Amino acid sequence: MADMDFAAPFARMVDAACPPATVRAIERGESHAALWDQFEKSGFLDALVPECAGGSGLSLAQVGPLIQTAGRHALPLPVGDTMIARWLFAMLGKAAPHDAILLASTRAALTRRPPTEVADLGLFENGGELYLAALAGLSDETPVEHVGPVPEGGLRLLAALVRAASIAGAAGALLDRTVRYANERVQFGRAIGKQQAVQQQLAVMAEQCVAARVASEIGFAGPLPLRPEAVAIAKAVTSAAAPVVAATAHAVHGAIGISEECDIQLLTRRLHQWRISEGSEAYWEGRLGTARLADVASSVDWLVAASSVPSR
Amino acid sequence: MFETLSLQTIPPEDEALRPIIRALAAEVADGVAADVRARSWQGFDSAFSRRLGAEGFIGLTLPKRYGGSERGPFARFVVVEELLGVGAPVAAHWIADRQSAPLILNFGTEEQRQHYLPPICRGELCFCIGMSEPGSGSDLASVRTRADRTAGGWRLNGQKIWTTNAPHSDYMIALVRTSGGAEDRHDGLSQLIVDLKAPGVVVRPIVDLAGDAHFAEVFFDDVDLPAEALIGVEGEGWRQVNAELAFERSGPERIYSSIVLLDAWLTHLRRSGVATEATVRLAGRFTARLATLRAMSIACTGQLARGESPVIEASLVKDLGTSLEQDIPQAIADDLASRPDDAVDGELLRTLAYVTQVAPSFSLRGGTREILRGIIARGMGLR
Repeated sequence: MADMDFAAPFARMVDAACPPATVRAIERGESHAALWDQFEKSGFLDALVPECAGGSGLSLAQVGPLIQTAGRHALPLPVGDTMIARWLFAMLGKAAPHDAILLASTRAALTRRPPTEVADLGLFENGGELYLAALAGLSDETPVEHVGPVPEGGLRLLAALVRAASIAGAAGALLDRTVRYANERVQFGRAIGKQQAVQQQLAVMAEQCVAARVASEIGFAGPLPLRPEAVAIAKAVTSAAAPVVAATAHAVHGAIGISEECDIQLLTRRLHQWRISEGSEAYWEGRLGTARLADVASSVDWLVAASSVPSR
Repeated sequence: MFETLSLQTIPPEDEALRPIIRALAAEVADGVAADVRARSWQGFDSAFSRRLGAEGFIGLTLPKRYGGSERGPFARFVVVEELLGVGAPVAAHWIADRQSAPLILNFGTEEQRQHYLPPICRGELCFCIGMSEPGSGSDLASVRTRADRTAGGWRLNGQKIWTTNAPHSDYMIALVRTSGGAEDRHDGLSQLIVDLKAPGVVVRPIVDLAGDAHFAEVFFDDVDLPAEALIGVEGEGWRQVNAELAFERSGPERIYSSIVLLDAWLTHLRRSGVATEATVRLAGRFTARLATLRAMSIACTGQLARGESPVIEASLVKDLGTSLEQDIPQAIADDLASRPDDAVDGELLRTLAYVTQVAPSFSLRGGTREILRGIIARGMGLR
């Protein structure tokens, strides 16, 4: 319940600060400074930073719902990434910049980022070291600033976990919208949601959304440093769910869902992007499978051990 | 939606049962071939069930005054997970422990509780659930088996079919019509406890496609039952059955039906050293899905522990769980045969064959996929 104490005010803030029109404006290239300023002033960006370093000292499990909320609203700025980045800076005993920081496990992922990924700075990994780069005009030759050693397990674990929670949040928002639409849209003289064929599709979509959320929670359970197998479960399941959820949302919405003015595209485009960001389901299934095959434990033993959260 | 399904931790006092039940399960599972253990639900071993009863592992959620252990659904989750994880034979107490005992506790009279619950907790009584009929599958409200009032109780006529465990059972809890007709749908249905040794009862086993006879047809021809055969309230059978199904649909049994095969395959891969990229990914995919489903099932268990009846959530977990259970044999078959020159031992192939053959039943028993998705849709306000 303590998690809700932070999640509810954060959700209210995002709701007020970032309506769909703002998402579109920032994607068009309009300034995001005013929106970012609100997050900066809210204190939420320092959620993971220890209290002794001026942050809120929240646990990873408490921050998961906040990142899901950002996903729900198709927030066009890397709030979750920046929370993680600021924690990393604090761990290195450095002052974090005030700008919006995007996490990427490689420099190439920053230079080739899609238009949905708007940020000021990029924090990336190269040869076991972290670097910070200004994103404006970033190329493979631009000079970058050395930050410090990468966290245990590598930056990709952290970045993938943020994507997993983002997918879980966006999927949940799409489910709500799609069910609402199915109850409103009338064809053949009744709401399409009364058709069994549509109901069965929406039930499958709901299953995928719940699986994605629970998988994301698995990734966020327990203290930092992250457990690679927990992140692999989170990202593999959310990435596999993303295209199913996006496809069903579009199938139920019909032609209007393809239009720019229908808000579901803000979420479905991001679902596909987050699915392939920092490793698709195939990548994480491969990592998890390698770990699983190296372990002689029975399935139940493995699951029990994987779910027992180590204390900090 | 469905925010109630959220990560939960099994309490340490329930987790503490794990090594004890594990040791007991090992007694009957160690050294037994995987294709035999894969039949866990059908594995009938009275001595083992009595042993579990004596050790306090049956009726875990029941009050002590009826022979139970007064622990919660989490304790039952741990015990069931350990038994199914190794494919221990559970048929002799399974249905009584999971469904019949909670039903009798919730809806039965004090006399019924005292009569049935202690022997169930000792692992001595085997129950089956009489729902399906030749004309009533998913459309359960159309049952035609009928019980009419007599001077001393009830007279039962009709037929049940596909009744799991009927050939071994002492009692059936049957959903029957006690008033009205098929047009009354959910009204007029009641649940009766039928002594399967009563005159007029004929149980005829049905052989399944794998050669086993775990289900049966059960005929009732003027079977006289005492008045106290009625369980709960006359005419409330439908509501009682639905409360019961939340227990049936939410447990770990809905994710572990193919677990013995999965472990046999993983062992084979480690032994043979085969690790193509596709095979490794498949192992990872099963692991990720299983871990997520287990967390969802534990979340449902948490709802039961809070006294809720997670009908919709349980349907969601069961549909997703049986999909994984069915994907496991299909994908493992493709994986093994993607290397036709590799030697695969007979035990693994027999296990694969068995699970492949019975896998369609995973999404039939306890409510078909289509019925479950309808329940989920209703939960989302679509019907």
